[in-house]
Amino acid sequence: MSESKKLDLPAVRALLEKSHGREYWRSLEDLAQTDAFQDLMHREFPRYASEWEDGDSRRNFIKLMGASLALAGLSACTRQPTEHINPYVRQPEELVPGRPMFFATAMPLGASSTGLLVESHEGRPTKIEGNPDHPSLGACDVYAQASVLGLYDPDRSQALAQEGEIRSWGAFLGTVQQAVAAQKAKQGAGLRILTETVTSPTLADQIKGMLAVFPGAKWHQWEPAVAHSAAAGARLALGQPVNTTYDLRGANVIVSLDADFLSSGPGSLRYARQFAAGRRVRTPQTDMNRLYVVEPMPTPTGTKADHRLPLRAADVEQFAWSLAAALGADTSGRKGVPNAAFDKWIGPIARDLQRHRGASLVIAGEQQSPAVHALAHSMNALLGNVGKTVVYTEPVEANPVDQVASLYDLVKDLDAGAVDLLVVLGGNPVYDAPVELGFRDRLKKATLRVHLSLHEDETSELCHWHLPMTHYLETWSDCRAHDGTVTIMQPLIAPLYAGKSVHEVLTMLTDQPERSGYDIVKSYWNSQHTGADFEAWWRKAVHDGVVPDTALPVKTVALRAGWAASLPQPAGQQGLEIVFRPDPAVYDGRFANNGWLQEFPRPITQITWDNAAFMSPATAHEKGVVTSDLVELEYRGYKMRAPVSIQPGHADGSVTVHLGYGRTRAGHVGTRIGFNAYGMRTSTALWQDFGLNARKVGSDYLLVSIQDYHALDTRRHIIEATTIDKYRSNPNVIQESAEAPPRELTLYPEYRYDKYAWGMAIDLTACTGCGACVVACQAENNIAVVGKQEVHHGRHMHWIRVDSYFHGDIENPKIYNQPVPCMQCENAPCELVCPVQATSHSSEGLNDMVYNRCVGTRYCSNNCPYKVRRFNFFLFSDWNTPSLKLQRNPDVTVRSRGVMEKCTYCVQRINRAKIDAEKEERKVRDGEIQTACQATCPTEAIIFGDINDPNSRVTKLKAEKINYGLLADLNTRPRTTYLAALRNPNPEIET
Amino acid sequence: MKPRPPIYGVMAEFNNPTALVNAAREARARGYRKMDAYTPFPIEELNEALHLSKSKLPLIVLTGGILGGLTGFLMQYYVTVIYFPINVAGRPLDSWPMYIVITFELTILFAAISAVFGLLALCGLPMPYHPTFNVPRFARASRSRFFLCIRATDPLFDRKATEDFLESLEPREVAEVAH
Amino acid sequence: MADERPIIEEELPPEPVIAPGYTFGTVTDQIASVVLTRRTPAFWMACFSAGFALLLVFLWCVALLFAKGVGIWGIMIPVGWGFAITNFVWWIGIGHAGTLISAILLLLNQRWRNSINRFAEAMTLFAVACAGMFPLLHMGRPWLFYWMFPYPNTMGVQPQFRSPLVWDVFAVSTYATVSFLFWFVGLMPDLATLRDRATNRMARGVYGMLAMGWRGSAHHWLHYETASLLLAGLATPLVLSVHTVVSFDFTIAIVPGWHSTFFPPYFVAGAIYSGFAMVLVLAIPLRWVYGLEGLITDKHLDNSAKVMLATGLIVGYSYMLETFTAWYSGNVYESSALWNRMTGPYAGAYWFLITCNIVSPQFLWFKRVRSKPLFLFLASLVVLMGMWLERFVIIVTSLAQDFLPSSWRVFHPTRWDWATYAGTIGLFTFLFFLFIRLLPMISIFEVRTLLPQAKIEEEGEA
Repeated sequence: MSESKKLDLPAVRALLEKSHGREYWRSLEDLAQTDAFQDLMHREFPRYASEWEDGDSRRNFIKLMGASLALAGLSACTRQPTEHINPYVRQPEELVPGRPMFFATAMPLGASSTGLLVESHEGRPTKIEGNPDHPSLGACDVYAQASVLGLYDPDRSQALAQEGEIRSWGAFLGTVQQAVAAQKAKQGAGLRILTETVTSPTLADQIKGMLAVFPGAKWHQWEPAVAHSAAAGARLALGQPVNTTYDLRGANVIVSLDADFLSSGPGSLRYARQFAAGRRVRTPQTDMNRLYVVEPMPTPTGTKADHRLPLRAADVEQFAWSLAAALGADTSGRKGVPNAAFDKWIGPIARDLQRHRGASLVIAGEQQSPAVHALAHSMNALLGNVGKTVVYTEPVEANPVDQVASLYDLVKDLDAGAVDLLVVLGGNPVYDAPVELGFRDRLKKATLRVHLSLHEDETSELCHWHLPMTHYLETWSDCRAHDGTVTIMQPLIAPLYAGKSVHEVLTMLTDQPERSGYDIVKSYWNSQHTGADFEAWWRKAVHDGVVPDTALPVKTVALRAGWAASLPQPAGQQGLEIVFRPDPAVYDGRFANNGWLQEFPRPITQITWDNAAFMSPATAHEKGVVTSDLVELEYRGYKMRAPVSIQPGHADGSVTVHLGYGRTRAGHVGTRIGFNAYGMRTSTALWQDFGLNARKVGSDYLLVSIQDYHALDTRRHIIEATTIDKYRSNPNVIQESAEAPPRELTLYPEYRYDKYAWGMAIDLTACTGCGACVVACQAENNIAVVGKQEVHHGRHMHWIRVDSYFHGDIENPKIYNQPVPCMQCENAPCELVCPVQATSHSSEGLNDMVYNRCVGTRYCSNNCPYKVRRFNFFLFSDWNTPSLKLQRNPDVTVRSRGVMEKCTYCVQRINRAKIDAEKEERKVRDGEIQTACQATCPTEAIIFGDINDPNSRVTKLKAEKINYGLLADLNTRPRTTYLAALRNPNPEIET
Repeated sequence: MKPRPPIYGVMAEFNNPTALVNAAREARARGYRKMDAYTPFPIEELNEALHLSKSKLPLIVLTGGILGGLTGFLMQYYVTVIYFPINVAGRPLDSWPMYIVITFELTILFAAISAVFGLLALCGLPMPYHPTFNVPRFARASRSRFFLCIRATDPLFDRKATEDFLESLEPREVAEVAH
Repeated sequence: MADERPIIEEELPPEPVIAPGYTFGTVTDQIASVVLTRRTPAFWMACFSAGFALLLVFLWCVALLFAKGVGIWGIMIPVGWGFAITNFVWWIGIGHAGTLISAILLLLNQRWRNSINRFAEAMTLFAVACAGMFPLLHMGRPWLFYWMFPYPNTMGVQPQFRSPLVWDVFAVSTYATVSFLFWFVGLMPDLATLRDRATNRMARGVYGMLAMGWRGSAHHWLHYETASLLLAGLATPLVLSVHTVVSFDFTIAIVPGWHSTFFPPYFVAGAIYSGFAMVLVLAIPLRWVYGLEGLITDKHLDNSAKVMLATGLIVGYSYMLETFTAWYSGNVYESSALWNRMTGPYAGAYWFLITCNIVSPQFLWFKRVRSKPLFLFLASLVVLMGMWLERFVIIVTSLAQDFLPSSWRVFHPTRWDWATYAGTIGLFTFLFFLFIRLLPMISIFEVRTLLPQAKIEEEGEA
């Protein structure tokens, strides 16, 4: 069986050679026609008649959640915080019932934060938007979009617990004050504080304050998924830790050394926006930046590369050495091990970089080794990019330490029994600390253990005291952006449960334990404030969501001469490589209980509800495994079972696993799904290492991806792509290949759309496939989560999806992303077949869906060539859980069982804007309406507007020569059209 | 008006259709008009023997059909063009080719219904009671026997004479039919 | 209509359709006795109980369906229609044979039909009943089914008359009504017979009420004959239209594999094909159990077999035409849809149906084969299976792989799909055997006309 299941690679290659022209394909199994694929495709009925039960188990736990909530006695009422919080003035100052207000705040994550404007309906935060005044430029990532669900997560811990027993804050205060008093005597020698990465000035000030009182106490930091080696790299090359930020506006040639700077890590939102701006070709004259990416696992950044080279994570360092050497950087004679894969690239890339001195950029990946960071520093210095495309500042972290060392230090003290009182503020070290530390057992050595967290998680389980933490939307605090800009976070809602913020908990250890978070934060900033009228300043700062002039000052640093001398001569390594990366959806595991993120199809892989061992076709072939087989990964004696997912474009000889799964105490959604890669992650190799063994131990694991496997006939007009040169030589190249029938070829009289005619244009050149639009849409439109089983059955409910297609050879295909919302066809096939007029056309060209009228024949979906309609096969929406009701958008119907639903171009937003416009007796202005997907898009790839207005952005885009309609040959006349994907390859490499 | 005759009529039972048809012709020749024949299956020759006029059913059915067709088309036109005019799939409001199916179906439906109810009306059914049922052997009319009944309302009818006449036709048996 | 030609060519049978030796009385008694006097045979008990058991399964499925939603079936996006619509088309098709026999053969004066039209019509009614349920069951919100009908309402909305589903509603409900009326009119004289022959009072009462006082008077017969001819004339275009309209459900849509103009004749032929198969499946055991070989003779089986052969050939031709157009059109969607059908996940189903529907009927060319009831019975079962698969393949494969490969998915039926299907077979059996027991399964008065004694000898002849 396993033999026959082998992937016949030669066959695949042959097949691809046969396929002349642009041959797009969806997946490998498809090309390969492996037995596994045959299996998958040939489940002839009546096989697989397995669903006696309808697999709606998710419904049951939602019920459980409802129950647990009822027990907690939470009613659906909300209270504004008593303190004065400041509405972000877009709408009239005063709150108008039925009108949302927007409040500025920020979501801290790792060593950075995203600036937000949170939409609040009568005191309920319901939707996250980006804050354009913030360095994140008004875009959002999936984490920010989904965080609003995290606020209302019914599994959040709702009460203090002392070893499982519910207690009052008073009781805790008593205990902890006692313990602290005991510490007073010994200078706090037994007091330890463990936090995640801290960027909050207030918190840092509080902790430093404590350390002043307790000189013997120690502050440790551990967060699993931050850039641990960046600081080391900076020390190596520049002699000091610095924060490296980039300005892509001036960068014409960008080399990413395994850096996914477009979709993850500090500043990625800003970088994505700037990067896309540098690629927006509107006339053949405009220039286009060029991106080279070397990385093991395809990332959204990789999909945008003009040249992408899959390299083992370790080889990225070799590549960096070679490139640096080729550029003539000071590498103390060290150079990378020659490698057939990239040697031919080094020259062209080096020349390309040199041609753009001061306008080029080398970015080292957060997870790459210190050496790679150092090399990036030296290359940027050499190319004169420093100060132009690269900007150095002081670290954003309040206390930049080597977190691994910090954690080791703590462990040492624990072993010595020196820890009397351990206060864990946030984080989940028991789950995510390096495995060799055995933190689970060592933690127990602390005499009194206190854990503050959103959920009762793995760490809370082992602590004497579990304290419920307030969600950031319930909290007064502050945080820094990637460039240091401070946001004062204001609560949108009073804590739903008995939670306290980290500031409030910390102050309980002091002699003024009753201070509110508001006082702590405000008084800190008062103490920092110079000049008159603090109140006005405070009001403005809170209102704007950014504190003026808090971006860290630019720092000039010099490259250490001969820095490389200290390093050993780079040597090639053999064997199978294991690569750890944060999960694109649940990150380091903290979002594991967020249904939206679990169901969010990961970029490129399209997998939901799971993590997997990703490997290249060749590696899979060698191991004799195919997608959804189970392999046993063995690394340094640690063993782990993981499902295989074959990822075209993955580096050979390397296996990527995503962190954040295999949670044992995450909540009803996130517990016990996927495998826990932390179980193999050691402090000496946080991100990648060799010495992995993988052997097949099973098959038919239910690995659910929302795209099934099929080849794409290029005669179908789905993805249109070309290169900038071809476009320049013939601007009509796209339109010539398309087959849109001329409008006048019809017997029917045309319907006329006199007032408004809504339309959308999606720029495939800009789209990185990050998927923020998918989650944004889910939040805006009350879209239900259906659970793994139902996604497996093909019943996911996303109104917009990001299809990904591969093109070219399987080792290193080009990858295209295509966001697909409803096309709002003017000749909508769905409307014609609806027996009850539940879907019909509006006077503005919207393809309306009337839920109340729908009887659920599903005929419309059958007849929709784009398959963008979604059906409620069961009662998918949760009608019971009170807290989830709070999250719902009151302007959008919550769908019930048996009705069809679909993208409406956010018609609720359109109508709000139209009402405003009518009141002011004007037409809706261009850009006044932003659909949820558009508003959150980091690269502004989605543009919506009135195509009757000749000056609107969307009209201009649709006039572009590279504008085309999806399946336009069907004469559906889609209102949503696409701008073809343009690439800018280096003629020296690709001709 | 004339007084109600004491009996409904006189009925003769025959073994086979031929005898019945001949009898009917005889009676007709004798000038009897108000008579009827009862058989277990349709016999065309009887229509001519008894001079039955053609059925009006086709006219009724035609009317029903036309009515149905009009109803079907006008209903659709009214709903899509006047009552609820809305842009569906960019098609014109009056997309008459799309109306053909339902127009056709309603034509058939109305026609068929009028055919059946027309039949019942013309046969005077349902009729729970009828004098002929008083003749015990009449039950065989639905099995294997053939009956000819001359009604008392016939001007030539004379209880004795008519019975003798029928006897002369060599029936199995002659019986009086009470009211 | 091509599918009638073989019937037209069929001469009036040289030898009598009915075995010799029957008289008006014996014919009547034999048929009526099945209902009135004879003891219920074990065979009937067995079939009826089986049907009833399956009927309970069906009710169970429906209860669960209404409680939970259509998600208990295997349907999803993109395959929004699965077994439900397949069964709908299949059952409707089966119904067609009944109307064909009772109406078209009547118009064509094919008198051999007289002894099989009654239960064939009954079969039509029950098949339509089974079919008619699926459009309702497959709805996401079945309790709102009446929104499909035009009626004055406060919402100010009416059905969307451009939708083939609404056409279905009208076509199927008309078909059901007309078939019932036709069937009932046909029953009236026989009900009278039962009324007159029934010994127990209650039976007499009930049959009497249903017979509405039918006396078989010459006037009655005059109108009656006209009525049956008219109804036949109406039912003929109707039966042809119904499956045409059903095929519109697919041809009006733009789905590759559905969107084609030759579906109507293709579907009608298929309908009659499966219909006659069902007639044989029912007739062969019945005549054996009730010893009716004298009335339902080998002649009947032979003719039915010929009709099957003819329609089977038409269906086979349609398959070829479908393939040809897909290739000849040069349309990427059409051709790949058909290619996927033949080689893709459903290839097994496709080739199996080809075997059932094209290969198996070829044996019917041989008289020897046609005269073997057992073989005909098996062949008919194969054809029924094949026709179900045909509908499944057309509906599901076309949806599973349409335009955007990113949305393609394979349909997997759940146990509830199968249970619901089996359930309707139960319902059909249940109703049919109820009919066998309570009403004459052969039209008594029409059989009487087949007897030589029914002929009038004019003077001079004798």
